[in-house]
Amino acid sequence: MAYPHEHPRETRVLSKYFGDKDAVGIDGWIERGGYKTLDKAFGMSRDEVIEVVKDSGLRGRGGAGFPAGLKWSFMPKNGDRPNYLACNADESEPGTFKDREIMRWTPHQLIEGIIICSYAINAEHAYIYIRGEFVDVVRVLNGAVVEAYERGYLGKNIRGSGFDLDLTVHLGAGAYIAGEETGLLNSLEGRRAEPRVKPPFPAQRGAFGMPTTVNNVETLAAVPGIVENGADWYRQWGTEKSPGTKLFSCCGHLRRPGNYEVPLDFNLKDLVFDICGGPPEGREMMAVIPGGSSVPILTVDELDCEVSYEGIEAAGSFLGSGGLIAMDDSTCMVHAVRKMVDFYAHESCGQCTNCREGTAWLAKILRRIEHGQGREEDIPLLLDIGSNMAGKTICPLSDSAAVPVVSSIQKFKDEYLAHIRDGSCTAVR
Amino acid sequence: MSDGMHPAIVSAQPSQRAEMNPDAPLFEAEYQDRFEKILSRYPNKRAALLPTLNLAQELRGWLSPETMTRVAELLDLTAAYVRSVASFYTMFATRQVGKYLIQVCAGIGCDLCGAEGVVERLLELTNTRLGETSADGKYTVMEVECLGGCGFATVVQVNDQVYEDIKAEDVEGLLKGMD
Repeated sequence: MAYPHEHPRETRVLSKYFGDKDAVGIDGWIERGGYKTLDKAFGMSRDEVIEVVKDSGLRGRGGAGFPAGLKWSFMPKNGDRPNYLACNADESEPGTFKDREIMRWTPHQLIEGIIICSYAINAEHAYIYIRGEFVDVVRVLNGAVVEAYERGYLGKNIRGSGFDLDLTVHLGAGAYIAGEETGLLNSLEGRRAEPRVKPPFPAQRGAFGMPTTVNNVETLAAVPGIVENGADWYRQWGTEKSPGTKLFSCCGHLRRPGNYEVPLDFNLKDLVFDICGGPPEGREMMAVIPGGSSVPILTVDELDCEVSYEGIEAAGSFLGSGGLIAMDDSTCMVHAVRKMVDFYAHESCGQCTNCREGTAWLAKILRRIEHGQGREEDIPLLLDIGSNMAGKTICPLSDSAAVPVVSSIQKFKDEYLAHIRDGSCTAVR
Repeated sequence: MSDGMHPAIVSAQPSQRAEMNPDAPLFEAEYQDRFEKILSRYPNKRAALLPTLNLAQELRGWLSPETMTRVAELLDLTAAYVRSVASFYTMFATRQVGKYLIQVCAGIGCDLCGAEGVVERLLELTNTRLGETSADGKYTVMEVECLGGCGFATVVQVNDQVYEDIKAEDVEGLLKGMD
């Protein structure tokens, strides 16, 4: 099974049942082995569950890559305050659409992961913070949550374990920054989704002031397999520092865009040219953004690397969320960067001056270059603004907005100069 | 569940709907039931704000200043606070829109695959300008930030329905489906 395309070089672990309509409902999911890991998890101590996730090396799939088991271990043990789990289903990074497919095809895989994580961190209530734009996905997820309650996988005394868990689907209402974990917590509390200063970290003071773990959908969906089969099973894929498989959302100028799952030691160039089929016929690939619009652009010559966290970093970018954006030679790089910066300017929450002002000015300057009204001094000006936006704000949105600008000037300066000097564009129409 | 929606999923999609009654009472009958179920899922009333605004928008089609004031009273918040939160999120409609709200993804994934052409064709065929409602009150075309379906570009959302892989030449057929 596959959706929307499949490729023999994939390793389908999380996405095994994408495209399989019968796997969506709870009966079909149980027939496929779903929920059987719960009994195993409840037979283990909370620390044993955390230990196996730690040993597996599973890293957070939302973008930062923080080790999931380690994050869980920060939760207080035997505290007298309630603990919470917030599942980050805001999936707002442009270029990323993997969590959407996990929830659309295998919602129970996520719910099972949420139950196991909640047990491990002793959470009494889990919230799925899902972006409001996911209309059809919310319908599927809601149906699955109700099914899980009806079958006793949620609620009081789950499977006779004595463990109680409530799960609530909480809809966002359109804000990129609600995908930042502390922005998410503020939004969950009925506030503007403005990120918080850390520390305190969510494990100390998260939702409603209580200890909270925030995990991405893909991270939690990977948990049942790890608990069922063990850390070594998970480590059969990937590298020492980046174990396991990962979903890559591939979009832009590709013959076969879509979600593909590969082990983390897979080659990036093979992902782009073999699995995704490379650029449309008659086009040359120009650049690839490997991990969502917040990570540096790679030229086509920089793609021969491993897709692991460390492999892509060595190539000059980041794995991020695994949102791969491909651009062929028909792309006007200045226009593409301007579109990405427009997004960040729109989504800046406005708390920090460097971000609020910086994103707006980057967008304004890029727009005038795009339309042939730029000046040569605009290039150092863009770099100067960019350097004043990086590492100087509460959250990384500001850094993210500067990244495509700085990396495109480094690698595609001629495109900027063509717009500035001749009012022309190097894109092949 | 015999008594209506399960409390775990009672939050509504924050959709804008022109045909809803903007003066419908907040909240009565099944809507009162859903409001109380929302409250039951959070440790305080403030946390119920987003789901309650969603519910109010589902019921009334948009969030008028009066609606936000009423929500504030229900949750023991100030009207100014509710408006400051509602205005932060793009899906809360603080103005009325046409019968068909057509939202076109303007994110980088869709842009690379021709979203601008889709928007141009929509504006041409509906005879509107971006963000404005057509004279007959039927269409409002908006560009929105990434809808999260980048591999299925261009993504277009019409009210509660999501359409994938829309090209400029598909627009005429898409509009024909709207009576």
